[in-house]
Amino acid sequence: MAFKETLLKSKKRLLQMHFESGVGHIGGNLSCLDILMVLHHQIMNQDDQFILSKGHSAGALYITLWSMNKLKDEDLKLFHKEPTKLSGHPAPKWREEIIFATGSLGHGFSLASGLALAKRFKNKPGRVFCLTSDGEWQEGSNWEALIFAHHQKLDSLTLIVDANGLQGFGSTKEVASMDSLTEKFKSFGIPVEEIDGHDLNAIEKALSQNTKGLRAIIAHTTKGKGVSFMENKMEWHYLPLKEPEYQLAIQELDKS
Amino acid sequence: MRNIFCETMVKHSDDSNFIFLTGDLGYMALEPLQKAAGPRFINAGVSEQNMISVAAGLASQGLSPWAYSIAPFIYARPLEQVRNDVCIHDLPVKLVGNGGGYGYGVMGASHHAIDDYGILLTLLNMHVFVPAFRADVPPIVERLIKLEHPSYLRLGKDEQPKNFELPPYASWRHLLKGDGPTLLIVGPLAGEILNGFKELPPSDRPSVWVLTELPIVHHHLPAAFKADLERSNHLVVAEEHVAHGGVGEMLSRILLLAGEAPKKFSHYCAQGYVSGFYGSQNFHRKESNLTAETILKELKK
Repeated sequence: MAFKETLLKSKKRLLQMHFESGVGHIGGNLSCLDILMVLHHQIMNQDDQFILSKGHSAGALYITLWSMNKLKDEDLKLFHKEPTKLSGHPAPKWREEIIFATGSLGHGFSLASGLALAKRFKNKPGRVFCLTSDGEWQEGSNWEALIFAHHQKLDSLTLIVDANGLQGFGSTKEVASMDSLTEKFKSFGIPVEEIDGHDLNAIEKALSQNTKGLRAIIAHTTKGKGVSFMENKMEWHYLPLKEPEYQLAIQELDKS
Repeated sequence: MRNIFCETMVKHSDDSNFIFLTGDLGYMALEPLQKAAGPRFINAGVSEQNMISVAAGLASQGLSPWAYSIAPFIYARPLEQVRNDVCIHDLPVKLVGNGGGYGYGVMGASHHAIDDYGILLTLLNMHVFVPAFRADVPPIVERLIKLEHPSYLRLGKDEQPKNFELPPYASWRHLLKGDGPTLLIVGPLAGEILNGFKELPPSDRPSVWVLTELPIVHHHLPAAFKADLERSNHLVVAEEHVAHGGVGEMLSRILLLAGEAPKKFSHYCAQGYVSGFYGSQNFHRKESNLTAETILKELKK
């Protein structure tokens, strides 16, 4: 199956999973699903590691693992149910692909730095990728991590920011603007590339570059991407799908 | 104890999995370790939250990270990182806090750690070590290295009385026989209290025990301690830690659950800042009644 078809199928499966479970966080899952899918299907190999710092996008990660046959439909049925390992934020000590349970923001980039440092000390190959949200950069610990990762020259580390512009109770511009995050990262001496986080070629190209040194990719994305009534809507950070909304969303994806 | 800790660390620093992280502290103390460990000694800067998560990342890959700072900066500042990244994942990250209790004295409340092990022991999988004497540090480090769980080492100052022979290291040790109440002291405070008791005849002093490893588990209580408690029927706990989450609370709960509670229980613990003034470690101990003199006087009432 061509990658684009796999991606469409995965988006539909994501909506189905959320609909059947009756839970939200759909908007942020749709903003990063393209990135997670390209990263896991086209970039990462067995030596690479990934940390989902924006743990509230666990659904997108579960679906990505499902698309790689690492989770089954029976597993996805347990999303947000009990007993389950597919909790709203990734659970610890469960799957090798989920090295750390996350959920509280501002931890992932430090954890990823630890993994990159471990590769250096153990002389192991591979890259470490970390996906954060944009609002998450209001956490001070992320800046501690940025200073550390740059100073330690953690060459294998790539930071990806899912910049969808919306956070828990408003837009990032309104709540605590960090414009421009790119300039702030650059001022730390870190190379930054800005991409359209839904342009599959741009994602693949940006993530393929494995130049020496820590790199940051700011992926401009749309919360609720692909479903018109969800796109850039604050409420889809939280709301579950009702039956008519679910059907409409599937129809829209089919037409895309 | 910091120097013996450093000496012990140097001996272990040739292990290829050994990594030592410091939050920019250890000047005039840890330089020998810095030299011995080379690139595996990392000054992580004044960024304790990041340091703990980095340590968790290292531990998850089979490395053996130690994270060092002044005590409150290793458990209070990065508490969520300790909780989520280390303890929930049950990773063998070793936290080292220098200056437990009122150890930093007149430096002020920000540098004191009178709530450290109480807070840390609420976290999953955490183990705490409070060496009482300089000689305790090497055997405790050995245990920490073998422990496959999160741990916290609370370093204080060595207060071992002169000419006092210590029994071999164990988590529970009977230091002084006495006919009075059964007194259990946590960590280095034992030295200060022993100093006031050791010259007294056994008939006039408590039976003194020291505890250095937490949490307390009922089936690990030494038979000799239980027998001593049965004899005295009066348990006294002295610790440089607040009452909540302290050993007094822990041990009394365990004894109550087991139906082995003594008739009488006394608890001497950190009272915070009683007068609102600041001073040496001994100043704060005195304000909290954590001295041999006060304990003896009160026990005689």
